[in-house]
Amino acid sequence: MSAADTTTPAKVPPPRQAPPPGVPERPRGKRTSGGSATPWLLLAPCLVVLALVMGYPLVRLVTLSFQKFGQSQLWGFQPPESVGFDNFSKVLGDGEFWQVVLRTVIFAAGSVIFTMVLGMLVALLLQRVSGWVKTLVNIALVASWGMPVIVATTVFKWLFDADYGILNALISKLPGVDLIGHNWFASGPEGLAVIMLLVVWGAVPFVVITLSAGLTQVPQELEEAARLDGAGAWGVFRYVTLPILKPIIVMLTTLSVIWDMGVFPQVFVMRGGHPEAEFQLLTTYSYDRAFVVNDYAQGSAIALITVVLLLGVVAVYMRQMLKIGEVE
Amino acid sequence: MSGMSTLAPQGRRTSRLGWNLLGLLVFVTAGFPVYWMLNTAFKPAKDAIDPDPSLLPTGLTLSNFSRALDIADFWGPVSRSLIVSLSVVAIGIVVGMLAALAISRFAFRGRKIVIVGILAVQMVPLVAMIIPVFLLLNDLKQYDKLTGLIITYLTFILPFTVWTLRGFIVNIPRELEEAAMVDGCSRTAAFIRVVFPLLAPGMVATSVYGFIQAWNEYLYALMLLSQEHQTATVWLGNFTTKHGTEYAPMMAGATMMAVPIVALFLLVQRKMAAGLTAGAVKG
Repeated sequence: MSAADTTTPAKVPPPRQAPPPGVPERPRGKRTSGGSATPWLLLAPCLVVLALVMGYPLVRLVTLSFQKFGQSQLWGFQPPESVGFDNFSKVLGDGEFWQVVLRTVIFAAGSVIFTMVLGMLVALLLQRVSGWVKTLVNIALVASWGMPVIVATTVFKWLFDADYGILNALISKLPGVDLIGHNWFASGPEGLAVIMLLVVWGAVPFVVITLSAGLTQVPQELEEAARLDGAGAWGVFRYVTLPILKPIIVMLTTLSVIWDMGVFPQVFVMRGGHPEAEFQLLTTYSYDRAFVVNDYAQGSAIALITVVLLLGVVAVYMRQMLKIGEVE
Repeated sequence: MSGMSTLAPQGRRTSRLGWNLLGLLVFVTAGFPVYWMLNTAFKPAKDAIDPDPSLLPTGLTLSNFSRALDIADFWGPVSRSLIVSLSVVAIGIVVGMLAALAISRFAFRGRKIVIVGILAVQMVPLVAMIIPVFLLLNDLKQYDKLTGLIITYLTFILPFTVWTLRGFIVNIPRELEEAAMVDGCSRTAAFIRVVFPLLAPGMVATSVYGFIQAWNEYLYALMLLSQEHQTATVWLGNFTTKHGTEYAPMMAGATMMAVPIVALFLLVQRKMAAGLTAGAVKG
């Protein structure tokens, strides 16, 4: 089957054909009575929209990164000309780019690890607390999960404000510490650590709630059996709980990697719309190239490299989702 | 504590106490940013710039809210956000429903490719797409038009909408429809009379979730609309005045943005979480 099948309803096989082999694992009487044109008609509006605003730009992203495309091309004074791999060699030959890549990878890895570990710990904790504590924690989690990213970002900006931020005031209450007036954003690593905290704070609730739902499905008998066989708390977790939760963990981790590699508004708004060089991640760097330096082609090349970097993770996620999808 | 309890439950009780304390610590840490936003929004502006801020509320005032409304036009951005988000949801739910029906109730060649395609599209980092989308809308003369933003957001929420609705549809037994058809309903009538009512709660939840996504989006709203046509998120992101950032009104603005969204989110969260993970641990 070619990829074109997804977009050209004309290629639909004639209705007299037997149900296609292999599509449903167990043919549980799926009806094809409506004729094979019906599903494509139902899908058409969705596919058209996706092709127009997702498919076409995706293609354009690739072609752009092989062109010269700046201000004059944007206004149509000059047609874009093909420049081969120039944009890529320029980007890849730039030392700053590699710093940005390294920074992005460290930032995303840190965010994902903290999110997953904290999420797992809180989910396990919620199994052990009293009902009212569980309710309180759930309220706090859902409230922070539901906070719009921009709102959360402005709130963190205020919490970490150098002069009047509550955090500096609280930390300074500790004996021997004086952080009044401390600017958390004076250095890149420190500022990005704050932004990482913001990302983790926003991401943990989803992980906790999903893992909690998963934990309720771990059979009690299995845990008890392991305990009877002499497994400690860690042993039960490592050899019973973790393997059962693995599909959820894989899904959550891959999603987190994709989301945390795509962090943009947090950095952008936190730095007032102009992230300093020390704060640039791949996303803001690509934005900067395109809309500040007005080199749309180089910006696209950087975005394309980001997408390619993520392809492996996406593949793992897709496999997992397909496995889940085939359960039904 | 009481002499009646035996040793073992008492040990369990103390460990339960420890876990509870830890749980409360999680509650305080996770909830603090939200609390501090509300605290700052409702306290007198002069207390917000106290070098030794009090953790407890110091008074109740609404003046920060009126100040926030004064600083820049608030209702304009909010109504634009509403128009965009509601249109996106209205179109998205219809288009998404049709597609979800196709992939959940029909067997056809290419079904798997469509599913994979929809899932894959969802995984494209949206930030990476801003340059070509910007150029595309520029070419289509849709820059700074709400329609351009609506159609863009539509592609963001469609994959997710289709996937979630599909999850809700496959949970409705096919036999119900078949029974209705045996009783003489056409396939369409069977869907409208039997499946649709059962699907309604799932559709509401999916719509609300899509609404929240569209409402919260920042980057595309920033790039595809000019400053004078900004949406609510951009309004908040740009919240600075000539005198620098006034945090108390800013937190009032943040509160106005967050409270309706968090409330909506609370309504649908349980249902969405169930839909997202349904079947994930069937082994």
